[in-house]
Amino acid sequence: MSRLAGRFQQLAERGRKALIPYMVAGDPALDVTVPLMHAMVRAGADIIELGVPFSDPMSEGPVLQLGHERALANGVSLRTVLQMVSEFRKEDTDTPVLLMGYANPVVHMGYAAFANAAAAAGVDALLTVDIPPEEVAPVNAELQRVGMDNIFLVAPTTPTQRIKRITDIASGFIYYVSLKGVTGAGHLDIEDVAYHLGLIREQSSLPVAVGFGIKDAASARAIAGVADGVVVGSALVDAMACAINAGGDSEKAMAAAISLLAEIRQGIDSVPS
Amino acid sequence: MTIDLKQTPFASVPDADGRFGVYGGKYVAETLMSALAELEAVYRKLSVDPAFQKELDEDLAHYVGRPSPLYEAKRWSASIGGARIFLKREDLNHTGAHKVNNTVGQALLAKHMGKPRVIAETGAGQHGVATATIAARLGLKCQVFMGEEDVRRQALNVYRMKLLGAEVLPVTSGSRTLKDAMNEAMRDWVTNVDDTFYIIGTVAGPHPYPMLVRDFQCVIGREARRQALDQTGRLPDALVACVGGGSNAIGLFHPFLADEGVAMYGVEAGGHGIASNQHAAPLTAGTPGVLHGNRTYLMQDADGQIMHTHSVSAGLDYPGVGPEHSWLKDIGRVNYVVANDDEALRAFHTLTRVEGIMPALESSHALAYAEKLAAQMSPEQVIVVNLSGRGDKDIHTVAQIDGIQF
Repeated sequence: MSRLAGRFQQLAERGRKALIPYMVAGDPALDVTVPLMHAMVRAGADIIELGVPFSDPMSEGPVLQLGHERALANGVSLRTVLQMVSEFRKEDTDTPVLLMGYANPVVHMGYAAFANAAAAAGVDALLTVDIPPEEVAPVNAELQRVGMDNIFLVAPTTPTQRIKRITDIASGFIYYVSLKGVTGAGHLDIEDVAYHLGLIREQSSLPVAVGFGIKDAASARAIAGVADGVVVGSALVDAMACAINAGGDSEKAMAAAISLLAEIRQGIDSVPS
Repeated sequence: MTIDLKQTPFASVPDADGRFGVYGGKYVAETLMSALAELEAVYRKLSVDPAFQKELDEDLAHYVGRPSPLYEAKRWSASIGGARIFLKREDLNHTGAHKVNNTVGQALLAKHMGKPRVIAETGAGQHGVATATIAARLGLKCQVFMGEEDVRRQALNVYRMKLLGAEVLPVTSGSRTLKDAMNEAMRDWVTNVDDTFYIIGTVAGPHPYPMLVRDFQCVIGREARRQALDQTGRLPDALVACVGGGSNAIGLFHPFLADEGVAMYGVEAGGHGIASNQHAAPLTAGTPGVLHGNRTYLMQDADGQIMHTHSVSAGLDYPGVGPEHSWLKDIGRVNYVVANDDEALRAFHTLTRVEGIMPALESSHALAYAEKLAAQMSPEQVIVVNLSGRGDKDIHTVAQIDGIQF
């Protein structure tokens, strides 16, 4: 069983919903990321989603676009991100780490070279926003060879008959995109999310995590009431950016993100199981 | 003399998955996949519907003003002293460039799909103007995404779009040029996919766009082929067109692909020169990768990040290229070459002074290469250059380079 599947099984046994924080690797500073990952685990993160910065992040809203730009300005590449995961693994061999990014850096490295390097670094799964099932066969073959999970998105616009096509090739968990839009958008509709999760669960027994538009304890609590996991990204990245913009240093930025994450953890745990 | 393209390998691309060899495909977020499938289904149905074709043909004839002339630039040809050069006058189309051939077609698709709002990305502003124009005519709401840098250097086209009732949204992310405008248009489409039709301006983007934009632009080559036969009694020896995303080039080339004796040259923007690294020539100096929904040649760094590009012409300032061009490069059917900024500017001035035709800076790249090519050919030979747009929009850029203040 993969580290990711194992983690969801443990959580299910304990009646706990997964909290999956996202950060852009190398934002706001290179040396923040690994300490931040550890701090997030201490604050209640169950799985870490690490954003691989890209020059053209087409699915990101304004907050994460700036995060990607800052990380690139700090010199972060896919190789740097893998080094960060290696560093994280020196102290934490339990928490699953998922890389989220765009196709081209992985394509450029080569699927086989990426799979080898990522597995060696201790990466558990890959989510590439712009590699849908139609294009995934060659990358999936390499990920399976090294025992990594490939995380697929299901969207509100995904037709019912297509959901099965996706769940048939997915492993680890299904990532449901809660809204039509980019990351950080603010029009979450819980009833609509619950309806779509029902459609997914008719096709698959994989856990379903929900992301896009979850920004605080209240929205996280609402999502945790219907999903197996909650992904929070833009709100955390924004909290750090605001702390820096207010004149704070990296410590202050981390503290802001961790404080928000702890509130979100409490919100999720307040859902009666 | 007529070869049926349907009997050649060139008619078999893209395949059912939208691939041209290993290029193309649909590399987009899941949210857009059903919209692309719907668009493809509607297009495949309408493209063989005689009523739709009639509507399109009538728009091209009476609104765009087609066919555009194939004009022999006798004085320019004589001054070079080589091949006869003919110009396919896309600059004479309504709105002043080839872009309108495609926007007329896609807007008809939007109308048939019942979408009340259209969006577009634009670099030089020609595609934005062509989209705003057809949106005005059909009463569609129109928003155009344009890099802040391009808004500055193409102020005239920005104002034209506003006069036509479109809203121009300056894009401040990334390099603030065409690629960033395309990112922002994709973000808008993913948010408003229910009521919005995204009119992509070039033969890039996810399948089915590279196919349908090509099909709408092929009117250029179909006319040029017929006109060359009528006016010279034979097929041309060479075709020359500039390549940014590559829509005017594919439009000219495609109907000739099966004509083995016709050589083809796609001219990329060499900027300050390939060695300077400040250019926009992915086919000449790039490597394959994935951007904006398709696999194609890109300008990218060692980590797979997309590089900033440079060209004096905003319409060529793009780090990728349509996937069909990548395939045509690899199979060796089309030669991809470059013309630098200064060569294009010289050609701009030459054509203006010698033929009384002011070309767009984009098209000036094709003219610059055609001049070199013609000089190596004989007076019995024929070159067709796609004069893809007129140069009015570039007057400020040229004046600035020449040190002239208005």
